[in-house]
Amino acid sequence: MSAYLVTNVSILGGEPTDLLLRDGVVAAIGSGVGFETGASAPSSTTDGEVIDGTGLVALPGLVDLHTHLREPGREDAETVESGTRAAALGGFTAVHAMANTEPVADTAGVVEQVWRLGREAGYCDVYPIGAVTVGLAGEQLAELGAMADSAARVRVFSDDGKCVSDAVLMRRALEYVKAFDGVIAQHAQEPRLTEGAQMNEGELSGRLGLTGWPAVAEEAIIARDCLLAAHVGSRLHVCHVSTAGSVEIVRDAKRKGWNVTAEACPHHLLLTDDLAETYDPIYKVNPPLRSRADTEALRAGLADGTIDIVATDHAPHPHEDKDCEWAAAAFGMLGLETALSIVQETMVDPGLLDWAGVAERMSYAPARIGRVADHGQPIEVGAPANVVLYDPSVRRVVDAASSASLSRNTPYAGRELPGRVVATFLRGKATVLDGRLT
Amino acid sequence: MKRHLLSAADLTRDDAELVLRTAEELRSLADRPIKKLPALRGRTVVNLFFEDSTRTRISFEAAAKRLSADVINFSAKGSSLSKGESLKDTALTLEAMGADAVVVRHGASGAPHRLAHSGWVRSSVVNAGDGTHEHPTQALLDAFTMWRHLGALDGRRVAIVGDVLHSRVARSNALLLQTLGAEVTLVAPPTLLPVGIDTWGVETSYDLDAVLPKADVVMMLRVQRERMNASFFPTAREYSRRYGLDGKRMRMLQDHTIVMHPGPMVRGMEITADVADSDRSVIVEQVTNGVAVRMAVLYLLLSGAEGVTGTDESENDA
Repeated sequence: MSAYLVTNVSILGGEPTDLLLRDGVVAAIGSGVGFETGASAPSSTTDGEVIDGTGLVALPGLVDLHTHLREPGREDAETVESGTRAAALGGFTAVHAMANTEPVADTAGVVEQVWRLGREAGYCDVYPIGAVTVGLAGEQLAELGAMADSAARVRVFSDDGKCVSDAVLMRRALEYVKAFDGVIAQHAQEPRLTEGAQMNEGELSGRLGLTGWPAVAEEAIIARDCLLAAHVGSRLHVCHVSTAGSVEIVRDAKRKGWNVTAEACPHHLLLTDDLAETYDPIYKVNPPLRSRADTEALRAGLADGTIDIVATDHAPHPHEDKDCEWAAAAFGMLGLETALSIVQETMVDPGLLDWAGVAERMSYAPARIGRVADHGQPIEVGAPANVVLYDPSVRRVVDAASSASLSRNTPYAGRELPGRVVATFLRGKATVLDGRLT
Repeated sequence: MKRHLLSAADLTRDDAELVLRTAEELRSLADRPIKKLPALRGRTVVNLFFEDSTRTRISFEAAAKRLSADVINFSAKGSSLSKGESLKDTALTLEAMGADAVVVRHGASGAPHRLAHSGWVRSSVVNAGDGTHEHPTQALLDAFTMWRHLGALDGRRVAIVGDVLHSRVARSNALLLQTLGAEVTLVAPPTLLPVGIDTWGVETSYDLDAVLPKADVVMMLRVQRERMNASFFPTAREYSRRYGLDGKRMRMLQDHTIVMHPGPMVRGMEITADVADSDRSVIVEQVTNGVAVRMAVLYLLLSGAEGVTGTDESENDA
């Protein structure tokens, strides 16, 4: 197994040092360490590749709790292989694959298939998310225990794309997953309040004649679910929080000591609903882009820990599903390859989060919520060598055509973003080197 | 004028007044034995209708034909929303046939905007009604009708009454009438006014009786009975009692006040037959004016600076 010596690298933005990755673990840290350092095991190599880490920040491998890999069923949009390649390029070493595939990941068989495809692809670890209800239909619980006990060891369950809107069903799901330390990740969207909804409900939706998706439809479900989670003593995770009011509700629930976690998506941190004025459905996403006040509340919530994590909601769609009129277009946008840059732009550069904070929000915390043992660990000697090297000093213009995703629906095409992932290591093996897949 | 007419907001006051003046000139054609001008000879206008709307389509068709344009009617009922050919492929087909202007009616808000700005077609795009967004030529013909009856619209009070939430006519009228200096009041039950209407620069009211005595124009909007199934109002009868224009309410109007309706009317719902057929009603005249206004729009978009009126066509949206 090859070894990598990263010299003069700043771990979490700290003083530059040298970092040795060998035998799948962080073998040594400190100025002047070399390939011979601590090479006691017979299998250890005493040579390897040296990477000049000057100006680079080393972060623990990123963990995405919310990725759509589309396989099985929509291999025209993304496959486990293409999606995990995009993930590696974005600095991720683990992704959670959402359940809304065709067929839905609501049985042990489907989650094991996705899990195996991830292992075969090898670009990052794939943790399948199981559907809460059969076929995402919101009527009957899927076999949550069978998925938990399967080879895929599912711990996160979600009907994402649809809300578990039935209060009794949500209560039962929250209770049931306690048996295997699971968590329900809720797509908070009151269905009756959002029939035909196309964009954030506000001044612009009224003017554009696009049916509004009101903030209250998200907030009402989050409030209810927080109360339910508290009542039955379960873990609740709130997907893609998008409104200032939702942040306030989650903050209040945490203050009360309830076991609630929440995620924000990069696009909700950066983009606002005025982009809908173009009628270009590249900006159509669910929940929709909100107002400037909402993005600011999300940033503040992510800074103070109300929002625990950043999750991408990477949602690939084939070209024809975006090259059409707004109402006919699919919801969703790519996110894996741009997430870290957007977090830098919206959180790090304005001073809201330091690199240790980024590690917490994009690696440690998502791994904790997903109960993933091998990821989300600090870069310390002996820890699995899941590491990303990131250059925050450069700026780049996003080129949709160069994405590793099979889809091209990035809302950032042509936009200049800060930072670049230089290398990603999965258990000491480079998946990305010099910004390219290995 | 811009190259496309997608929204009433695309029109400056000068643009709008140019359309009205041009329409006035063209309207006189209707009284001549030969109702045809050679202005657009050799040009092709495509009526691309994804929604049924016979009245709007024949109005555009008559307008284009009176200007000697070739007209192709393309009725593509069932958009890409319902498994038909996509908007893009339809547009590419029309482009390949050499359309100079595409008049598009579509159920999806923003569809004409996509057609104009996605690089699918090079022709001028005229919005003939998109979803619940806009219907700018309707607003122009409404303004034209008001202008013919009342003169300049500065300071004139226009009450627009009914289902504002779902009405593209209300949106376009609110924009255009303000551009022309009128004071607009939108009257509806609170459920049928869009969120954020306080930013439209118009007055709003829930009380029709309070608005009528001051109005110079009362424009009634079509209200679909089915809206009551989505709880926008309890029953059709209650709607009519509170927001319908009947003979009793008509007697509250000033002598010069005109009553308008973009059609098709639901008689007995938003307007009673005696009002619709009264002397104040200019509803039939709106239809006549629609042809003249659409002639003016097609003429100004397609033939530019030359000809009857002298316009400056500048390309504002490359």
